[in-house]
Amino acid sequence: MSDVMNWIDEQVKSNDIILFMKGTPDAPMCGFSGQVVQILDYLNVPYAGVNVLSSDELRNAIKVYSDWPTIPQLYVKGEFIGGCDIVREMFQKGELQALLDEKGIVAGAEQD
Amino acid sequence: MAMDAKQIEHLIREALPDAEIEIRDLAGDGDHYAATVVSRAFVGKTRVQQHQLVYQALKGAMGGELHALALQTSAPKD
Repeated sequence: MSDVMNWIDEQVKSNDIILFMKGTPDAPMCGFSGQVVQILDYLNVPYAGVNVLSSDELRNAIKVYSDWPTIPQLYVKGEFIGGCDIVREMFQKGELQALLDEKGIVAGAEQD
Repeated sequence: MAMDAKQIEHLIREALPDAEIEIRDLAGDGDHYAATVVSRAFVGKTRVQQHQLVYQALKGAMGGELHALALQTSAPKD
């Protein structure tokens, strides 16, 4: 694996919830990324945000890493959960909350 | 570069011949679509795998010339 792939892998494995997005959680640069931020904020769970616009190499590598052509991409406990559509659909059906419960992620906890 | 709804449907149909496909042009600009795809090929697959099948059908257009395709996939209910 290239350095950037290794870096992605480390981030995915070391953060309980990590969102690869366009922009930052405070200032999303794309409506789809913004929607996932809103859902995570609503659920009040701690997560790391990685801005793929900071590097073309990163932006391309994350698509290869997950075999997924678009940003945002949400990972929970090392597992790729999906992009905006899947996250929204899971949230609306209560499945995202169930998944986070199952993975032992506590709402309101501080990001370490 | 924009992509025609018919073209999107054609590519999906080529890969998933049994699929029920509904495509809506969300903004009327030929660049923001929503698609609902129902196919037996999705049986037993996770949502991520279902979407990956559709993305594969689009042969790299997704994230490239096709900027926005909101996707909802499911297996037939029967």
